Amino acid sequence: MKRGSLFLYYRWILLFVAAGLCLLPLWATVLGGFKSTGDLRTNPFGFPKEWITDNYFSIAASTRFWGLLRNSCIITFFTVVFTLLVSSMAAFTLAHLRFAGRRWIGTYLSLGLTFPFATAVLPVFIRVRDMGLLDSYWGVILPQVAFNLGFSVVLLRGFFSELPKELFEAAFIDGCSYPRIFWQITLPLSRPILATVGVLALVGSWNEFLLPLVMINRDEIYPWPLGIMQYQGQYGTDWGRVLAFVSLTMAPAIFFYLLAQKHIIAGLTSGAVKG
Amino acid sequence: MALKPALRSEVTGAAVERRQDARPKRGIWKRFEGLSHSSTLTAYLIFLPPALLLFTLFVVLPVVEAAYYSFFNWNGYGSPQKWVDLDNFIRVLNDPIFHQSLINNLLVIAVSAFVQVPAALWLALLISDRSRSSVVFRAIFFVPYILGEVVAGLIWRYMYDGNYGVVAVVFHWFGREAPQVLAERGWATAALLLVIVWKYFGFHMALFIAGRQGIPGDVVESAQIDGANRWQITRHVVLPMMRPVVVLSLFFSILGSLQTFAIIAALTDGGPSNSTHSAVSYLYTFGIKRMRVGFGSAVGVVLFIICVLVMLFYKRLFMREKEAR
Repeated sequence: MKRGSLFLYYRWILLFVAAGLCLLPLWATVLGGFKSTGDLRTNPFGFPKEWITDNYFSIAASTRFWGLLRNSCIITFFTVVFTLLVSSMAAFTLAHLRFAGRRWIGTYLSLGLTFPFATAVLPVFIRVRDMGLLDSYWGVILPQVAFNLGFSVVLLRGFFSELPKELFEAAFIDGCSYPRIFWQITLPLSRPILATVGVLALVGSWNEFLLPLVMINRDEIYPWPLGIMQYQGQYGTDWGRVLAFVSLTMAPAIFFYLLAQKHIIAGLTSGAVKG
Repeated sequence: MALKPALRSEVTGAAVERRQDARPKRGIWKRFEGLSHSSTLTAYLIFLPPALLLFTLFVVLPVVEAAYYSFFNWNGYGSPQKWVDLDNFIRVLNDPIFHQSLINNLLVIAVSAFVQVPAALWLALLISDRSRSSVVFRAIFFVPYILGEVVAGLIWRYMYDGNYGVVAVVFHWFGREAPQVLAERGWATAALLLVIVWKYFGFHMALFIAGRQGIPGDVVESAQIDGANRWQITRHVVLPMMRPVVVLSLFFSILGSLQTFAIIAALTDGGPSNSTHSAVSYLYTFGIKRMRVGFGSAVGVVLFIICVLVMLFYKRLFMREKEAR
C-alpha cells in the first residue's frame, strides 16, 4: 500500500512538471497579449497588472487578420477535399481492379514518402510559374495535394482491400457500376480511414509554411503562417502586439483540437505509422 | 504509361463465374467479359489519371528536373544554358555553412534519440492507462505538436528575448544581465534544440502510448502473478515489447530533422552568422531566396541522396524483423 502511494506521488509530480513545461510558453503568450511593454519586461508569467485589451481588439477588428484566416481556410479546404477525392479514387482502382502494371503504379505513388519536399521545391516553383499559377491559391493547393498522395493512397488502399469482397460481388451482380460501388459502398464504409487521411492533410496544410512562402508573393492571399511572419517583421519586439496576434492565430487550431482531440491524436499518430 | 485495360477485374472475376453458371457464354466473348461492363473502363479512365498526373507533375518530374538543373548556373528565367558540370555540387559540399547545417540536423537527431524519445517513453508509460487523468495529460502534451511550427518559433523567440521573456526573468533572479540567447552562437543552437524537443515530444509520446496499449493485458498480468514488481515488469516485459515503436519513433525523428525549416525561419532565421541553419533552411536561404536555381537544386539533390541513403540504411538495420509498413 505504501509503495503504491509513493508511486502515485511520483507520477503526479512528474506529470505536473511536464505539463507545466508544456503549457507555460502558451500561457505566457496568451497573457502577454494583454500586457503593457513595461509589464512584459518585469512579469512575463503572472497575470497582467493592468489588462490591456487594445492589442487583441485591434487585431480582431482588422481585415488583415480575417483575410489571413480566410486564405488559410480556402487553401486547406481544397487541399483536404482534393486529397481525399483523388487519392481515394486511385486507391479504389489499385485495391479492387486487376490490371497490368497495378503493382508498379502502387509503388510509383509511394515513392514520395521518404524525401523532403524541399528537394523538389525549385522545379515545382518553375512549373507553377510556367503554368501561370504563381500568386494564386492553386499554386499552393495542387503541389500540396500531389505531395499528400503518397501517404494517403497507401493508407486508403490498405483499408479498401480489407473490406469484405462479398459486398462488391453482390453489388456487381445487382448491376452496380464501379463509380457507384465507389460512392455508395466503399466510401461510406471507409469513414475512419478517410478521417485519418483528412486530419493529416488538414493539419499539414493549415501549418504549411515553405510552399506558400515560395509560391505566394501577394499579401492579399497570404495564409496565416506567412501573415504572422510579416506581422512580426513589421512590429519587431513590440511583443504585446505580436503575442496577441500569435494567440489569435493559434486559437482556431486549439479550438478544433479541443473539439476532436481524440480523433486528431489517433489520426496523426496512426496515420504517420501506417503511411 | 499505357494502362492496359483489364481482361478481368477481381470483382468481376467472381461475378463472371456466377453468371457463367447461369448462362454459359460462347467463344470469344468470354475473354472480354470484364470489359463488357462499360463501367470498368470508366473506372480506369477517370479514377486513376488525376492521381498519376498530379503526382508526376509535382513530385516525380520536379525531382528529375532538380537533378538536371543542378548542372547549370541558372537564375530561373529563360531556359537553363550555362552548363557548369559539377560546380554547384563542389560548392555545396565545400561550404562550411552547409557542413554546419548538416551538423545541426545531426544534433536534432541526437537530441531526439537521447533526450526526447527516452523522456517521451518514460512519461508515456505513466499515462497509457485509461484513467481520466491520463487522458487529460495526454491531451495536454499533444498541444505543442498541433501548433504550427511558425507559432512555436515565434512563441519561443519571445521566451528567449533577453529583454523580456523567461530568460530575462530567470537571469534577473540570479541578479545577472540576461544574454541575448538567439544572438550568440552556442546558445542559439541549444535554444533551437529545446524548442524542437518541446514541439515534437507529444507526438513521440502518443506513438508510445499507442504502442503500450497494443501490448496484450494478459502478458503483463501473468508477470504480476509471477510476483514481478512494477519496475521489473516495465524493464523486462514492457520495454522489450516496445522496441518496434522506439525504432519507428526514431525513424520519424530522422525524417523530421531532415525537413526542419519553419521553426528555424521563425526562431533564428539561420542566424547568428548562419550557425543555426538546417539543410532545408540552407537550401531556402542560399538557393531559393536568391533564385539560384542550379545551386538550390544541387542542395536538393544532396538532401535527397542523404535522405534515401539514411532511410534505406535505417530500415535495413533496424526494421528488418517487421515489415517497414
